[in-house]
Amino acid sequence: MNFGIVLEMFPIALMFAAPIMIAALGGLFSERSGVVNIALEGIMMVGAFAGATVTVLLEPALPGWAPWIGLLAGLAAGVLFSLLHAFASINLKADQVISGTALNILAGGLTVYLCQIIFRQQRTRAFSSGLRKITVPLLEDIPLVGRMFFEEIYPTFYVAIALVVLTWFVVFKTPFGLRLRACGEHPQAAASMGINVYRVRYAGVLISGALAGLAGGTMVLTQDIQYTLSTIHGTGFIAMASLVFGKWSPWGVMGAGFFFGFAQILSYYTKDIGFLAALPQEMFYILPYILTIVALVIFAGKTVGPKAAGEIYDQGKR
Amino acid sequence: MADIGAGSKSRKVLVPLAAVALGFVLGSLVILITGRSPLLMFNAIIQGVTGFNIMSGSFNPRHIGELVVQAMPIILTGLCVGFAFRTGLFNIGAEGQLMMGALAATAVALTVRAPAAIHVPLILLAGMVAGGLWGAIPGFLKARFNVHEVVVTIMLNYTALHVNNYTILNVFGSVDRVKTADFPASALLKSPFLAGITNGSRLNWGFIPVALAVLAFWFILEKTSFGYSLRAVGFNKDAAKYAGMKVERNMVLSMIIAGAFAGLAGAVITTGTFSFGRALPAAEGYGFDGIAVALVGMNHAPGILLAGLLFGVLKSAGPLMQSAGIPREIGGIIQASIVMFVAMKLGIERLLILLRGRRAKAAVEGAVAEEAGV
Repeated sequence: MNFGIVLEMFPIALMFAAPIMIAALGGLFSERSGVVNIALEGIMMVGAFAGATVTVLLEPALPGWAPWIGLLAGLAAGVLFSLLHAFASINLKADQVISGTALNILAGGLTVYLCQIIFRQQRTRAFSSGLRKITVPLLEDIPLVGRMFFEEIYPTFYVAIALVVLTWFVVFKTPFGLRLRACGEHPQAAASMGINVYRVRYAGVLISGALAGLAGGTMVLTQDIQYTLSTIHGTGFIAMASLVFGKWSPWGVMGAGFFFGFAQILSYYTKDIGFLAALPQEMFYILPYILTIVALVIFAGKTVGPKAAGEIYDQGKR
Repeated sequence: MADIGAGSKSRKVLVPLAAVALGFVLGSLVILITGRSPLLMFNAIIQGVTGFNIMSGSFNPRHIGELVVQAMPIILTGLCVGFAFRTGLFNIGAEGQLMMGALAATAVALTVRAPAAIHVPLILLAGMVAGGLWGAIPGFLKARFNVHEVVVTIMLNYTALHVNNYTILNVFGSVDRVKTADFPASALLKSPFLAGITNGSRLNWGFIPVALAVLAFWFILEKTSFGYSLRAVGFNKDAAKYAGMKVERNMVLSMIIAGAFAGLAGAVITTGTFSFGRALPAAEGYGFDGIAVALVGMNHAPGILLAGLLFGVLKSAGPLMQSAGIPREIGGIIQASIVMFVAMKLGIERLLILLRGRRAKAAVEGAVAEEAGV
């Protein structure tokens, strides 16, 4: 195996890693507040649809800016869409997994329906350019590291890393973060200390919607030329896996994001890497999923996740 | 006390019915907002159920055949999800279990040479076994390590997709990288007779194993002590354990039986709707359909049958809606809203109580007024 290939893999792996990390951070906010969010996939689809649509429609008027406005549109659409999950699972005490499943089904129908109404086809029109790769001056000259992280990289990767740091700060260094974690561990105890569990959980779910929507926009604007039903192809579930793999911590999520980013592109490079060439490509597609199950089994019995995640908050229960 | 029981039972039936109604109302609103007429959708649905087109007055029995074809697999995945639900497990893995069933059916269809009377049952059995084994994995991991079945089954869906594609393309060979060679006639559920009476629809003998599966579901859960102990685990795991039931074993067995229903669906699709094994670009959504069917059918056999037919219509009427200018994805939107409304059952119950309260209040006021009049 030669090292050149690994260097070559970096920009592409980082392109795949960015949306996984961003969406997984979304999952982190939601689950830390005590609401399981298996709708990350569906929210990403809605975010990708909104991102692609806004980019296509604004492109003639605002070339260059359109994809960035598209990203913001993806974020906003994610917030709106996750509002449904928040209302159902917090106000109406719905089973969070069922409500998330409903969102996942709804996302596929809704986005393609709107594509048919707006573009008269099963997908959005193709945008002429998504986000552009950038090279960071000066830093690119650092030997090795420069080629790995600062040459021809999508700016969304830096957004993802910034969000990891920001998430760590918010969740572990601010009063809001403490309240968020308290609601995910023991909501009744949190409530007895005067915390409004409903409001904190709403914040958790809506932030997760914003991040998953942003992740969807990132994905379509860096990896695709238009939104289709298969644009997200399970990345939201991989993000969920990253959250488990990263033990619900921002740094863990970042590591898992890198890992799954590389795992996803490994299949493109197996032909060039001697000892992997003999293995079927499908093995590398499967790898992230199998590893997630393995991680779950290894962590089994240890309390790593938020204790009250998935539990319906009932004020009367003590 | 009996009265309270009866009341809650009727309310249990009312919630899914109200959810279905609200789902159609929401769907109609979406159609209206996007500038189309909901009446066209309802016309397409009536045409899908009866074969009659009210607007043009024509009749085509093919629509009825297609409705059954669409309903068969999702009734089975509905039984799959519902069976696991009754044991307290949320099986999002029907999709993967179905794919493994389809793969096993393909293997037996292509490699075994036998007369149809042996070949077809063998294929169906292979599908059930493969689906059951795939379902056993999350069941075992849950029972042995207490690993949450939701994440495991999602991961296994994607694993099944790639295992299926690898095997279809590399073991059974494919010229076009999409499907295997055609199965021999002895392997097929297809029937020229059934196609004939439904004006060339894809209707096939698959409805017989589907009907047997519905009966088996009902019989196992409602009529056997094994089914009782499964339901006991679903009601209260700890109490069941205290009563001496083998909770872990029941979880694994429940997932195996659930997986067998989905595996059967895979076999029925492969040898009934199609006549070759298929490599898939992505999941086809039968698993999610099954969740919707099970929820609306309240995890009971008759309910699942009806809900399967309901969602089958939404699918089979899709092309009819499309040709009437309404994007067929409205079916998916309505289905998702119905699932959401079922999940929001607390809200719906409050709504029903509010409505009933108002009616009761009106009745009381009426009676008071009458008395005053006398």
